[in-house]
Parts: sequence; structure tokens; C-alpha cells
Amino acid sequence: MLSKTVAELAIALANKDVSSVELTQAYLDRIAQLNPTLNAYVTTTPDQALAQAAAADALRAAGKAGPLTGIPIAHKDIFCTRDVLTACGSRMLANFTAPYDACVVERLQAAGAVMLGKTNMDEFAMGSSNETSHFGPVQNPWDQTRVPGGSSGGSAAAVAADLCAMATGTDTGGSIRQPASFCGITGLKPTYGRVSRWGMIAFASSLDQAGPLSKSAEDAALMMNVIAGADARDSTCLDIPAEDFTAQLNQPLTGLRIGLPREHFSDGLSTQVQEILQLAISKLESLGATFRDIDLPNNHLSVPAYYVIAPAEASANLSRFDGARFGYRCENPVNLEDMYKRSRGEGFGDEVKRRIMVGTYALSAGYYDAYYKKAQKIRRLIKEDFDTAFHDVDLILGPTSPHTAFKLGEKNSDPVTMYLEDIYTIAVNLAGLPGISLPAGLLNGLPIGMQLVGPALSESRLLNVAHQFQLHTDWHTQRPEV
Amino acid sequence: MALNNTDVEKIAHLARLQISESDTLEVAQRISNILTMIDQMQNVDTSQVTPMAHPFDASQRLRPDVVTETDQRDYFQKLAPATQDGLYLVPKVIE
Repeated sequence: MLSKTVAELAIALANKDVSSVELTQAYLDRIAQLNPTLNAYVTTTPDQALAQAAAADALRAAGKAGPLTGIPIAHKDIFCTRDVLTACGSRMLANFTAPYDACVVERLQAAGAVMLGKTNMDEFAMGSSNETSHFGPVQNPWDQTRVPGGSSGGSAAAVAADLCAMATGTDTGGSIRQPASFCGITGLKPTYGRVSRWGMIAFASSLDQAGPLSKSAEDAALMMNVIAGADARDSTCLDIPAEDFTAQLNQPLTGLRIGLPREHFSDGLSTQVQEILQLAISKLESLGATFRDIDLPNNHLSVPAYYVIAPAEASANLSRFDGARFGYRCENPVNLEDMYKRSRGEGFGDEVKRRIMVGTYALSAGYYDAYYKKAQKIRRLIKEDFDTAFHDVDLILGPTSPHTAFKLGEKNSDPVTMYLEDIYTIAVNLAGLPGISLPAGLLNGLPIGMQLVGPALSESRLLNVAHQFQLHTDWHTQRPEV
Repeated sequence: MALNNTDVEKIAHLARLQISESDTLEVAQRISNILTMIDQMQNVDTSQVTPMAHPFDASQRLRPDVVTETDQRDYFQKLAPATQDGLYLVPKVIE
């Protein structure tokens, strides 16, 4: 039962094969059994979950159930949850109970979803392996000596290990797609502005976007139907009409034109991953898609530009953590400056401090033009590469990550090595585009994800292609033995 | 661009971050490596390119300037490390 998709669980609930209370209790039991080793959750909320489940069952009995009523889910610990710990992977917020719910949390709750708890993550979403978390690394359910990816590593591991039906995540440079790839699940990063950032602890505000981590593209569409849409409280949230993301799922792929970026299939990519992607390409061809090579000539500049823009925005966003009004305060500060410096020095981990310093440097007098302004110009070149490509193709396909999940500790010695992990995903955030990662195969028993990228607001098309692929393959139904 | 210990101390001060003296050298080396990677950007001629601040070049939406929030001061101040008489307490600023 616990390995079922949300769509399948919704049918089981509707048929009264199971109640939401029974389902919620079963997930809670599995969490109690497996989480001590996997460390996917940092907080569980059993009492609240069972109360929400009972309320969902009552709604259903009253004939008022929607598609997500009674479905047990998990939230990345970056989303504020009223009166529930919201630590964002940081010592700085280790005792912070948020005074309000994030828009995403609020909407899923209103749709009847049950919150099982909050998932582990890289500190302030800064990382690609979940190893920068103050609460310790998450283990990849496929191989517990390996990372789950990051920064939404806890959410990805929880979905893969059947510790929830689906989960929320956020993606600033690949933080939904890369862990989805490493854990063999589906992860969608929506168009910038599709989903409200209200109540989502800010890392890089021009790049951050929330989205689903799920067991299928269909489930991702079901979550998108709830979380997407205008919100006046986030001034960057797009004010566009609501969309039914499930409406196009069954559309045939005939005539679909997909581009293969030469830059994504070059030296950095192993032949084994190439072979797996080639099989996926053949499958999509058999379903009616045509392929052609395209160029994204400035892709190699995406990591450098990102590591100016994201840290610059982070250095401003994280200035709010000063020990004065909430969060960690150092012991016995001798004066105000000492309080700021030691609260931040002790409250933030090494990677967060590094990025704040890089951002501070890039924005400081005399360096602004050479770094920040230059990066913003490169950002436009990257965006224009995509615009040009989408003249000739509908979507772009490539690997999500250069390889399968790596070993815990393997890439910790040099930050730049870790940054290059996101070489295929970062450009998508810089251009504000939607991207989805879905399981495309296994290599030595570990999942490989493929990424599809589309023009702005093309989520329905991405989900359509992913769903059709999943109707004709079974990679997304493979589960690790935990 | 290689940073030395003095650069790191200056940046840490601007960012109000305490970095212990024993860590300064390692921080300098790691940030220098990051800046070297970033410097790939400098090889590209961008003199004719307009900087892009937002993926869709959108401007900020405005709303009417009316009160929408209710007073929740007591609830919010429960989160504070130290308060007194409805104020946030910090170390003395004026000697």
C-alpha cells in the first residue's frame, strides 16, 4: 500500500479500501522504523497528522473529498509551518517554530493533504548532497553509503523509501531535480513565479522555486494543481489563470520535437549514462517524438554566473539572521557587533558562511561591475540560448546529473567540485524555465534521471511527455530495498 | 583572484560573520578557488549585453497601501531570544 502513487491511493481511499487514518498510521510506523538510519525527516508531527487524517476521513464521509484529501505528504523543512519546528537545516533556526504557514503548506492543507513531518535538507538549501545539514546527512535508500542528492535530499529519500506519498521541495540550482535523479523518483521545478514563495525561507529570490517530488508525473500534476497559482503576498508570483496540469497528460506525443544539447552529451558524461539516455530517446521516438541536436553554447558559464548571483542574493537574504528577533543568539554578547558576528558565526555552517562571503565580496564597492553585473549579463546570454533553441524544438532532453549518487563524503573536500554537480540544472534556474527529472534507468543498481526542459509555462507539456514515458516504461516503479 | 587573510577579515566584517583566526587561511583558499571558477566569465565579451535581473524582465507588482496585517506582536515575540515591555532586547548600543 505505501509504495502506491498518490493517484492510486486516491482510488483506494475513495473505494474505502483504506482510511486516511490507517494510511497515515502506516506511514508513521514506517518512519519510526526506518528514519533513525535514513535521517530523511528532521521533525515528525504524528498527533497533528492523525488529527488531519481523521478530519480528511470525515470530509470524505461527507462527500467533500478532493484528489489529495487524506494523502500523507512531507514538507521540506524550508517551508514555514505554524507552531512546528522550521529549522531549514541550520543551527541558526534549530529552535524556530514558525508563526505562520507558507503558501504551499496552506494550500496543500486546504486541499486535505496530511502533513507527516518536515524533511532534512542542506543548510538553507545550499548544497547538492544534503551533507551541509546541521542535522546530519540523509542516506540514499538505494545504497546507504551514498548521498540522496540535495538540497531537497530528505524529501527525495522519503518519497523513494515510501516514508510519504509525495513531498514538497525547492529548487534554486537543481535542488529538486538532482535528488529526484539520485533517488529514482520524479521531480518538477516549475517556471519561476508559478508557485508562491511566501513562507519559503529565501535563499536566492530570483531563482528559488517550489515544486513536487513524487512517484510519478501524474502525481506531480496533482500537486501542481494545488500549489501553483497567483498569490498577492509574493510580488514575483505570476498573476495568471489557474491551469489543470492533468488535462494534457494523455495527449499523444506525435509531432513532438525534442532537442538534444551537444553540451549535455559531451566529455563530462559517461558512456554508460549516454547509453541509458539513448534507450529513453528511442522509447520516446517510438511514441512519436523526433529528435535533433541543438546547441546551448553558454551552458558552461551557468555555474560561474550562478555562483555570483545566488550568493549575492543569499548574502542579502540571510542578513535577517542577526540574533535580535528570532533564531540563534550567542551566549553573553559584549556589544551589538559581537552579538551579530558571533550569532552568525556560530549559527551558520561553513558552506553558508562561504556563500555569504562570496556574495558580500561580489556586491562590495569596486567589485560590483566585475562580478554581479557581469553575471547578470551572462544570465541573459544563457536565457537567449534557450530562446533560440525553442525556435526549433518544443522541449530539451538531457541528463539531470553527470552520474549516479556519489558516496557520502566523496565530494566534500573542495566546494567547486560540488558546485559542478549541477552543471545540467543550473542554467534552467537562471533562465526561469520549468524542468523535470524522471527515472530513465538503473546503472549498477542506482537510478539515473533524465531531464526535460521546456519554455516558460510549459509544465503541462513536460508532465504530458513524462507521463507518456512512464506509461511505457517501469523505471519509476522500481523501489529500493530498505 | 586570490584572497589573503586581510581580505577575508574585511569581507567577514562586512558580512558580520565571526571567523576564527585559525580558519582564516582555509577560508581564503576555498573562496579563492570559487573566485577562480567564477572568473571564467571574464573571458566573454558582454559589452553589448543588457544585465538581466529577473528571468522575465518583470517589474515589481504594486498593491494599494492599506493595512492588511493584524497585530501579532506578543505571538511573534515569543520567538525572540530576549524581550522586555514589548521590545526586543539587545546589548547596550550607547555607552
